[in-house]
Amino acid sequence: MGEMKTVFTINDNREVARNTWRMELACGRRPEMRAGQFVDIAVGGFFLRRPVSVCDLTDDGLVLYYRLAGAGTAEMSRMRAGDKLELLTGLGNGFNTGACRSSALLLGGGIGSAPLLLLCRELVRLGRKVTVILGFNTADEIVLLDEFRSLGAETAVATLDGSRGTKGFVTDVLKSHAPEYDRFYCCGPLPMMRAVCTTLPGPGEASLEERMGCGAGFCYGCSRLMKDGARRICKDGPVFDKEDILW
Amino acid sequence: MVNDLSVNLCGISLKNPVIPASGTFGFGTELEGMFDLNLLGAISLKGTTEKARYGNPTPRIAECAAGMINSVGLQNPGIDALVGEKVPALRRIYSGPVIANISGFSVGEYARCCARADTSKDIDIIEVNISCPNVHDGGMTFGTSPKAAAEVTAAVKAVTTKPVFVKLSPNVTDIVEIAKACEKAGADGLTLVNTFLGMRIDIRRRSPVVAAGMGGFSGRAIFPIALRMVWQVAHACRIPVMGCGGVASAENVVEMMMAGASAVQVGAENIRNPWACPEIIAALPALMDSLGVSSLKDLIGTV
Repeated sequence: MGEMKTVFTINDNREVARNTWRMELACGRRPEMRAGQFVDIAVGGFFLRRPVSVCDLTDDGLVLYYRLAGAGTAEMSRMRAGDKLELLTGLGNGFNTGACRSSALLLGGGIGSAPLLLLCRELVRLGRKVTVILGFNTADEIVLLDEFRSLGAETAVATLDGSRGTKGFVTDVLKSHAPEYDRFYCCGPLPMMRAVCTTLPGPGEASLEERMGCGAGFCYGCSRLMKDGARRICKDGPVFDKEDILW
Repeated sequence: MVNDLSVNLCGISLKNPVIPASGTFGFGTELEGMFDLNLLGAISLKGTTEKARYGNPTPRIAECAAGMINSVGLQNPGIDALVGEKVPALRRIYSGPVIANISGFSVGEYARCCARADTSKDIDIIEVNISCPNVHDGGMTFGTSPKAAAEVTAAVKAVTTKPVFVKLSPNVTDIVEIAKACEKAGADGLTLVNTFLGMRIDIRRRSPVVAAGMGGFSGRAIFPIALRMVWQVAHACRIPVMGCGGVASAENVVEMMMAGASAVQVGAENIRNPWACPEIIAALPALMDSLGVSSLKDLIGTV
């Protein structure tokens, strides 16, 4: 179940919300990966790979969501069905689903909502009750809400401009909602995760992001100081307990 | 044709000349399970200092056309942990030659670290890094002055009987002058080159991409410059040279050897492809056949 290099074929690649793309990739089998793990994509013409969290697994591959952030993701958006991509799979630690006893609260910010879908699927399979709160800048950036609902999760959404749902951040949704949970999981921009992890009671996990070199733990390019010393985001993370992170 | 890939460094036999370069392969154990490390000619471990270091703040990585900049800044657990934990852990999965890469901020620190490394029976070669561009008041400072380079070399040679390779910086006017100074001071070999001091700017944030501002540039783009420096130094010195810089293929390995390298280190290519070294090694026999060469070492310094 360790790191592997695999060539995938693109089944589908399309813009599903403003600046946000969904790519479906096939490799002929279900990749052995957990929620919160990521892949590292070799994009033609670029020296370093692009790390992207896995949004969902299928019987013959996986689904990625990515935001157009620069030249590398722009090149990815130009790829079409039938094109091949070489991926390192099985990277990172993933979320700790076993630590949730009965109900989970999932908080996503923007493209950070993507890895929470597979997490939601795994938690539902374990019989856990799941509440999902997603935050976006505007209504036209919203993704995955229907997918979470179809898994049976209770959902709520916030937009910064108030164009849909609660106006403000995911933390503003919590002012009127009080979902039951014994563990929360979050992924999104650092200020959002800081707000969530420093205000929400109870145990929680956050999926961090950093510019990466190798993506597999041997270049030490993405080390971050945690409470107990330096940790590699790509290998020791990207998911950390909220108590371990120096906010 | 039976292909002989073996080479020799100061009496130490390597089954092939391909070595992951220091800093691009961790302490080896990080890659356990990805491939059998025993396929490698040797392993150069991550640069180690006397005391543990966290290194530089993030971001530490910037992409470039055909290469990358790193400003990791010598994150390492310190020499005692290297000798006591990292090397023994590597020995459980790897039996080939181990190269300890030592860095320091003073001549005394280099000597103390190398004396400690000398106590390990599992370390075969000491690579003295006088060329790290990512730390202030040390590292590269020793690699840009012939006098300081000679001083470090002599101090290290005095405390170890293991072969000492001095790893040179390309950020100098005349690398041959530094190389000769190290040879004269007793170096058993030379590794060249380390990274080129470089920089990228994020034009939207109007700030350097790496938090430290500057970093070491490596990758395919530097290969011709590294090759030229290896060729110059190999022709000016008698001691063996490990060639390093932008090596990404079996062809690059052969070029480095023709330029005078006795062994060849692969660096940044590991970062984009962790299987770069075994893939290069696997490609060498067919390349030798196509060149009509049965022993790789016959190519050393033939150009």
